Amino acid sequence: MSRLGTITRRGLVIGAVAVAGGVAFGAWSVRRPHANPLADGLAEGAATFNPWVRIDADAVTLVTPHSDLGQGARSMQALLIAEEMDLDWGGFRTEYGPPAPAYWNRALADEGAPFMAHDDGTLAEGTRAAMGAAIKLLGLQITGGSTSVPDSWVKLREAGAVARETLKRAAAAEARVHVRDVRTEAGAVILPDGTRRPYTALAARAARIDPVTDVTLRDPSAWRLIGQSLPRLDIPAKSTGAQTYGIDLSLPDMLHASVRTNPGRGPLEDFDAEAARAMPGVVDVVEVTNGVAVLAADTWTAMRAVHAIACRWGPAPYPAEQATHWQRVSDSFTDAALDKEWRHDGDVPGTLTAEAAITAEYRAPYVAHQPLEPLNATARVADGRVEVWAAHQIPRFVERIAAETAGVAPEAVTFHQQDAGGSFGHRLEFENIRLAVEIAAQAEGRPVKLTFTREEDFAQDFPRQISIGRARGTVGPEGIVAVDIEIASASASRSQMARAGQPLPGPDKQIPSGVWNQSYAIPHFRCRAYTVDGLAPTSSWRSVGASSAGFFWESVVDELLHAAGRDPLEARIAMCTVPHHRATLEAVAEMCDWAGPLGDGRGRGVAMIESFGVPCAQVVEVEASEAGLRIPRVWVALDVGRVVDPMTFENQVQGGVIWGLGHAMNSEITYAGGRAEQRNYDAAPAMRLHQAPEIAVRGLETAPEIRGAGEPPVPPAAPALANAIFAATGRRLREMPFSREIAFV
Amino acid sequence: MIEFTVNGTSQRIEAPAEMPLLWVLRDRLGLTGTKYGCGVGQCGACTVHVNGMAVRSCLRPVGQLSGADITTIEGLGDAGAPHPVQAAWIDRQVAQCGYCQSGQIMQAVALLSVRPDPDDAEIDAAMTGNLCRCGTYPRIRAAVRDAAQRLQEA
Repeated sequence: MSRLGTITRRGLVIGAVAVAGGVAFGAWSVRRPHANPLADGLAEGAATFNPWVRIDADAVTLVTPHSDLGQGARSMQALLIAEEMDLDWGGFRTEYGPPAPAYWNRALADEGAPFMAHDDGTLAEGTRAAMGAAIKLLGLQITGGSTSVPDSWVKLREAGAVARETLKRAAAAEARVHVRDVRTEAGAVILPDGTRRPYTALAARAARIDPVTDVTLRDPSAWRLIGQSLPRLDIPAKSTGAQTYGIDLSLPDMLHASVRTNPGRGPLEDFDAEAARAMPGVVDVVEVTNGVAVLAADTWTAMRAVHAIACRWGPAPYPAEQATHWQRVSDSFTDAALDKEWRHDGDVPGTLTAEAAITAEYRAPYVAHQPLEPLNATARVADGRVEVWAAHQIPRFVERIAAETAGVAPEAVTFHQQDAGGSFGHRLEFENIRLAVEIAAQAEGRPVKLTFTREEDFAQDFPRQISIGRARGTVGPEGIVAVDIEIASASASRSQMARAGQPLPGPDKQIPSGVWNQSYAIPHFRCRAYTVDGLAPTSSWRSVGASSAGFFWESVVDELLHAAGRDPLEARIAMCTVPHHRATLEAVAEMCDWAGPLGDGRGRGVAMIESFGVPCAQVVEVEASEAGLRIPRVWVALDVGRVVDPMTFENQVQGGVIWGLGHAMNSEITYAGGRAEQRNYDAAPAMRLHQAPEIAVRGLETAPEIRGAGEPPVPPAAPALANAIFAATGRRLREMPFSREIAFV
Repeated sequence: MIEFTVNGTSQRIEAPAEMPLLWVLRDRLGLTGTKYGCGVGQCGACTVHVNGMAVRSCLRPVGQLSGADITTIEGLGDAGAPHPVQAAWIDRQVAQCGYCQSGQIMQAVALLSVRPDPDDAEIDAAMTGNLCRCGTYPRIRAAVRDAAQRLQEA
């Protein structure tokens, strides 16, 4: 096996590919495009030129296969197609389209490959290309990893351009003029005599010609939509109650269901449903894997009845008490548990002697996802076919898992993607899908809408990884001389992929994310990651590994710079070696008019972390008040290469900062008796409005690649807050949530 | 049998007296703009107006609502003719996932009906019971201020 092959196989996110033979695919099978799913059942007179555009006599329909979880994916995808297709904003319909291999994610390999984001060397690029080929062959359609923009950026503009050029050819042929003499504008081809031929009127003719595939994308100077703040397509409906989510679905003859499964993820040993069955409106009580469900005439009855069932649960397959979880993490800094030494610059063992070093230990707890729309799914199992309605980030896996659950072939499953009331990684999991299908299979062919209670959703949430960071460092007059940082963590990626039936070979790149790829000039630097087995199952939580490891890293950097007597922001700028990373620090310094300590119980902290290929710097300001510590302001700058829509970008970034701050302040999941102790928002509130700062956002556009903004704003928030609290109070917080030690307003 | 008015229309509902208003609205009347988030009054997604007051409908048994005048998000306005508060929410591009926003808007309308020109502390106090997991709080604050101005000018 060549070095390239070895590294590719080890780094691959997609386990099945390793089975299929690593990078050894035939070039032919990689180059061959996937079939256009819109061609199936295309109506007479309708045209489709690629998997993203369908036109008939009534409307132009843009297919936006990335799930809209609230991040604005639908508008972003439509914007890119409409830009090249010369459609007016809103002059089209959108739909998700069917789950299909054609919608494979082209940007996933950039994050999955074990190279730094700015490494464009032959090995890194070759590995990304090989992984991309594997993802294409698998047809992996996924929304996640902040990849929707980079995945869509070129291909959707190309899709729009192909449609535009094909429609021009159709119009030219119809009018018997040369194609170079026609142009497009506002959803129509304009003929040389000024006649407008709407795209809808050209559909039937365009359907009969081969799509034009040799297209040139427009120069940025010609863009009408990209870079503009456009009104998001979904916001009027979301401001008037008209928006429907999966939980709002209603089908004829539908039953409502709610479920309880073992809160410790063990078996159901016994249950007594006599009281539940006697409740008016209860249709049936059925057993599901590790639990019970109630079918009823309405949601409230189903929820009430399922909680009236007396259940005897078997023990959890992980430690019952939280202290044991921490102990296991703490005991895992061993050679046997070493996942990978991710980086070693200089000579750490030769430089860092025990007596000279500053040492610190940091902790990041389990945290729940808990988007506001609870988990739900609607399913119908009848006549050997399965239909599922839900919001999900990996639609083709939903089809496979629904098929496995019902014992039918994947082709017998139809999945209807729904809009999501948030996700943050929650809708990468399949419990709601499996359970809805299990319940519907016992409902005599009637459709069943399963709605989790908030308590059940908390209980079944696969939380963010628990993690401990240990660091030793030394400083000199110039700043940081050496750092040895070790991170022991549950592997959320491995846990999650195992549940999806995709074992993760090789090390988990998320564990040291934000640390091993750090860009400060530290002469002696080593980063090692350890995996901890036997903990509660975990999953991807907005920004994944960098949400914990990034906190460790930017905390120890701050401690060492303080020990060296350096200004925390000026020193970071001075030691940052990657220009577009440094630019984010320079930007926040300018935005907040950084000028050293503030005094009067006020303080500012800074952090800069690259995650998902995006460097993001933040300055957080805190001030003491009688009611507790306040966060009046945050300044944030990040470089995503290109900001597609400034207003949506700002909203996303502000939300990411609030997500990062709020959970660092107020939220954790702890286990007692094998169960999550936090069962509703009162126990895990994250941030509420009265705690929210004003947040100034600047998007930089100098990075070489376009990237997503969903996750990168999260990791710097926690360490910037901890560093601000240190600056204001002299107290160094090394464990989240900070509310354990600090009273916030 | 319970009789009340929802968005100006009389309704006669056959439901257990302890059934929360939320589920009558959603499952019986098909008014799904009012959302279930927590079931215990912790998130505010289910906020509606009962006789002009903001109420967590997940905690209000329908048996207590005989003769009540109830307004839901659907009763405020629609995309073609939005209520001034909804118009402010649209112009400020507040929503991300949008799931909490019906409750946020109902809460804001109730606030502005008693405090037409709230200061920042009053906005924070009135709105902080409405959870937004996407973190749209800076935009919610801006939209409430914007809505106050619109209502005063109206």
